[in-house]
Amino acid sequence: MAKNDLIGGALWEHYSDKVSDRMNNPRFMGEITEEEAAIKGAKLIIADYGADSCGDAVRLYWMVDPETEIIIDSKYKSFGCGTAIASSDVTAELCIGKTVDEAVKITNIDVEKALRDTPDTPAVPPQKMHCSVMAYDVIKKAASLYKQVDMSVFEDEEIVCECARVSLSTIKDVIKLNDLKTIEEITQYTKAGAFCKSCIKPGGHEERKFYLVDILRDTRAEIEREKLNFGEERKNFAEMTLIQKHKMVDKVVAESILPILHADGGSVEIVDMKEVDGYTDVYISYKGACAGCAASRTGTYEVIGVTLRKKVDNSIRVNIL
Amino acid sequence: MERVYLDNNATTLVDPLVKEAMDPFFTKMYGNPNSLHSFGTEVHPYMKLALDRLYDGINADDEDDIIITSCASEGNNTVIKSLYFDSVINGKKPQMITSLIEHPAVSEVYMFLEKLGVEVKWLPVNKEGIIDPDELRKAIDPDKTALVSLIWANNETGLINPVKEYGEICRENGVKLHLDGVQAIGKIPVNMQEIQADYLTFSAHKFHGPKGIGGLYIRKGVSVVPLIHGGEQMAGLRAGTINTAYMIGMGYALALAVKNLDYEATEVRRLRDKLEDAILSIDDVEVIGSRDKRTPNTILASFRGIEGEAFLWDLNQKGIAASTGSACSSESLESNPTFKAMEIGADLAHTGMRFSLSRYTTEEEIDYAVDAIKSAVERLRGISSTSNKEYI
Repeated sequence: MAKNDLIGGALWEHYSDKVSDRMNNPRFMGEITEEEAAIKGAKLIIADYGADSCGDAVRLYWMVDPETEIIIDSKYKSFGCGTAIASSDVTAELCIGKTVDEAVKITNIDVEKALRDTPDTPAVPPQKMHCSVMAYDVIKKAASLYKQVDMSVFEDEEIVCECARVSLSTIKDVIKLNDLKTIEEITQYTKAGAFCKSCIKPGGHEERKFYLVDILRDTRAEIEREKLNFGEERKNFAEMTLIQKHKMVDKVVAESILPILHADGGSVEIVDMKEVDGYTDVYISYKGACAGCAASRTGTYEVIGVTLRKKVDNSIRVNIL
Repeated sequence: MERVYLDNNATTLVDPLVKEAMDPFFTKMYGNPNSLHSFGTEVHPYMKLALDRLYDGINADDEDDIIITSCASEGNNTVIKSLYFDSVINGKKPQMITSLIEHPAVSEVYMFLEKLGVEVKWLPVNKEGIIDPDELRKAIDPDKTALVSLIWANNETGLINPVKEYGEICRENGVKLHLDGVQAIGKIPVNMQEIQADYLTFSAHKFHGPKGIGGLYIRKGVSVVPLIHGGEQMAGLRAGTINTAYMIGMGYALALAVKNLDYEATEVRRLRDKLEDAILSIDDVEVIGSRDKRTPNTILASFRGIEGEAFLWDLNQKGIAASTGSACSSESLESNPTFKAMEIGADLAHTGMRFSLSRYTTEEEIDYAVDAIKSAVERLRGISSTSNKEYI
């Protein structure tokens, strides 16, 4: 709560001009008939999708060229709020010209980004992010009808927060890597739970398969178990051979450090290790975006050192080559 | 026509006469009425006149109290928490009764008390959207029930509940009755000599008075524990320097509203019915509750195939102000609880739209609104309907 939260009724102030424009003048609203598809020698797909909790429903039409599998035209009908209509309009537009396989990769976040006026300002207020999720689901439905497979085929990982599209594995990783202890921290790190809030705990706007409260509790328990195991390994670190130590450092780098760097297009490599006066000197070399990045000598460098001392041994000193 | 205001159940414009009457009390007669000097005492006659108007307006007995509050929410909190404090002081475990169609100013207070261990019974509504007196009779336990809080006229539907019967039932059982009169006062006659309620709450801005001022009626012989402790204002029942200008404005606003009750029942009702007839001439529209059972200014309608927030958006583009309880229009994505409680067939949680008139609504405004509503319905159904007219 703060100054900006004190006066209500600000919902529409946070809609982008593009959302307003699409709501007032939808471009791709309409239907495609069998006859129209037949003239173009295309296959007509009509996909219906509805979200019970929203009372929203959308019907997506695709005209697909059977040779190239390119969606040559797309239209929709939508029963829903303003943002649902605007999202459906952009969804249809984004589908046109893509192959079915490409279209399936469109997410609700792509739809929301396409509705932004400027790259850094969200197109809709947080609780309305949810409205674009349906637009994304109906694409999967259309693709499943075209390919005659089940919709779940297109979901390769378990999505916990649909609004921000954060997967179960990402949330678990982030909790472990950053030693997160609260839901607020998870939201800060991943944006999961920042929008419609359904995924935080049962009883929200929409029923979910996974809730952040459960994931946090279970992952914390896992961390505690792992700590016990690490404790034993750590005891023995001083007695390990240099090769064993090197392997352990490599393991921690691979599991806890590389995922963070990869997210920004960077990487790091362990070049050498030496034992000096009771210290373990680790020599690293940055790759990719990390090489030359200012943070590689400040924030990133700190993170690597802290992570290795915490997860491997206090004797570690990191040197950049 | 630039804009048409059809959201008078949310708030109303301040009658210019009321505004004028309040004016001297900001810069000329600004004394604190508790002061003994002339700056304080010169305001007293105006405050007494305001009280006379409030007492006359609801036909209260001079032995009853009308406490000036900051709003109806304060009045409701005072009553409900007062009975809770009573029970805490006396070491009793109370049961309280309310309904599923209360305004949040009542329901949220009860939800809070539930967390503190109070047993709250939530009465449902019948098929007509009314809280059935038999349900109240069944729920009351004369030994345990400390308070019954019920809404006189519902803010969403305008449906008027049989409060006279509630009064009789509560009196028979020796149970205190608190009525939320916010949407009744100024729209229909309110006579506290006829209705056996112990408490009544109201708010000036719903009857062309200013925002930030309200009243709490307390029947003679009934006590209340203050919500706000402090100075000795309002006979020690509500501390805080009295908002003299607003109190005087509220008194005048109520007098004017009572004077206009006939106009509400005839002309406002005629315009409401005209709007309602036009709305009902549109296909697949349902209006909630029969006209005779509603406040004369209110229409709650369900437009199939049109989501409430989108409808509100289109109406706003045309300058029409209305209200939807649609889940998609709320900060929390929760639909309006009254809509959920109404088992009337229409999908109000998604398609409900409320139009509420006032004595300032004109025939021209209604004609303009009818055209605007029809064109919005046509456009939005064009987006939601398929060629064979089925709404998805």
